[in-house]
Amino acid sequence: MSTASVEGPSEPQLGVGAALIDAALTPVRGIFSYIGDHALLLGLALAALFRKPFRLRLFLEQMEFVGVGSLTIIVLVGFFSGAVSAQQAIAALRIFNQERFVGATVGLSLAQELAPVFTALMIAARAGSGMATELGSMRITEQIDALTTFAVDPVQYLITPRVVATVLMMPIMTMVFNIVGLFGAYLYAIFLEHIDLGQFIEQFTYWTDPKDYIIGAVKSAVFGVTLSVAACFQGFNVRGGAKEVGLATTQAVVAGSVSVLVSDYFLIDIFHILWPYKS
Amino acid sequence: MNSPRASAPALAAPSGGQGDPTKRDERWQIRVRGLQKTFGPQHVLRGIDLDIERGRTNIVIGGSGQGKSVLMKHLMGLLKPDAGQIWVDGEDIVPLGTQQMGRLRRKFGMVFQYAALFDSMNVVENIAFPLIERYHLSTDEIMTRVRDLLKRLDLAGVTGIEEKFPPQLSGGQRKRVGLARALIDRPEILLYDEPTTGLDPVAAKNVDEMISRTADDFGVTSVVISHDMASTFRIGDRISMLAGGKIIVSGTSEEVLASRLPELREFVETSGVAAAHPGAHP
Repeated sequence: MSTASVEGPSEPQLGVGAALIDAALTPVRGIFSYIGDHALLLGLALAALFRKPFRLRLFLEQMEFVGVGSLTIIVLVGFFSGAVSAQQAIAALRIFNQERFVGATVGLSLAQELAPVFTALMIAARAGSGMATELGSMRITEQIDALTTFAVDPVQYLITPRVVATVLMMPIMTMVFNIVGLFGAYLYAIFLEHIDLGQFIEQFTYWTDPKDYIIGAVKSAVFGVTLSVAACFQGFNVRGGAKEVGLATTQAVVAGSVSVLVSDYFLIDIFHILWPYKS
Repeated sequence: MNSPRASAPALAAPSGGQGDPTKRDERWQIRVRGLQKTFGPQHVLRGIDLDIERGRTNIVIGGSGQGKSVLMKHLMGLLKPDAGQIWVDGEDIVPLGTQQMGRLRRKFGMVFQYAALFDSMNVVENIAFPLIERYHLSTDEIMTRVRDLLKRLDLAGVTGIEEKFPPQLSGGQRKRVGLARALIDRPEILLYDEPTTGLDPVAAKNVDEMISRTADDFGVTSVVISHDMASTFRIGDRISMLAGGKIIVSGTSEEVLASRLPELREFVETSGVAAAHPGAHP
């Protein structure tokens, strides 16, 4: 495709003071612009959700890609995260001769933190990078322009199914992580550390509540929004060639992961104000 | 403009068409006046005046980076100009909103430079895409129209073509499938973005024949963006040259070949087309 090369009017000259203020404000402007652009894309994607035509097939395809496609890695990471958590918890609790609390410790940390955050990081790395690469490739090969020529809204066709599928699948994958993680902790604690099975289960059931899992599920849905919007934004706005697609993929994973960890901090604060820990 | 251009013959009047562009004209289907577009510091289009003749093959030539593709994207409403008007059958498309543009785009089909086929779909799904998105047709009806186009574009004989995915197709086959997709909803206007780029001379000639045959068989208005001069003079009914952000010459191939504009002369002579056409100005 042709690119333009004709020079236009030059930039207006700024005074020294104005230039300094401008330089100081540039990062701030950049942050607001970044958040604003992502929020705008999310708004467009959500608005398109309620507009005809409804393409159920695209949603199911993306749910399969995000959910079923990530199952193996979630199971693998979940199992070993649970086992390692149990190992660390037992090592710490042994100092106080309180190893029986391992079920509660691992259960709580998995439900509210480890499962939603690790699941989100895995989905950002696998599905988020895939989304950014696919959309970026579609952009540079003019497939997104082709959609527009057929009067198909590219945001509705490409972004909405990816965001919605990620939001729906994240809580499910988080629950899978929880179950497999607990199983890993159980195997390690019971068979390798010989913790009493009754104590393990009793402490777990006493200290964990359904609300811990609800908090985890809500957090994971929010992570689903942030990581999918970050991935779609990077891919959808690629300009250039293969190098830029690679860059967008990297940025999608970095932005997705950072957004998960930052939003986690604020979410856990909010949830602990609403539902304090059991004492 | 510089002085040599001022001495260009009368045929080089860039806009070409007369009459009121706001009314539907039997001869001119698309009319562009004063089109301007800037990307950051780059002033790409600096006042384009162009008329596209109905039912003919109109070619816009120009060097790389002159804004040919940008102009084409404006014709279909993929980009909004900073200034200027575009009328399609007397309707100004610049102020149209998304819904109205969607309606207008049904008049158009576009064949992209590298076909822009959807990688996740096979050949049949690619060609049928506009029908599936726009209408509620039965599978049988869609397949009938897809197979008819495959036959008319000499693709029906390729073994297993219907189930192939874009990466499994050759360059020429991709162009044909892209054309089939553009034609499936029977557009009035077909836009081709550098259709012979990346093809060997034989494949390029085949694509040229395909464009000519499509124009004849389907009676469409063709707009071809190209820098392939051999191809331009093979198939072009009307040729316009884009340089410096403006259309500097418009006319038939004979008229354009006779032009003394230095930009055009350089383009024609470098391509070797002048030697093959006795009408070319020495």
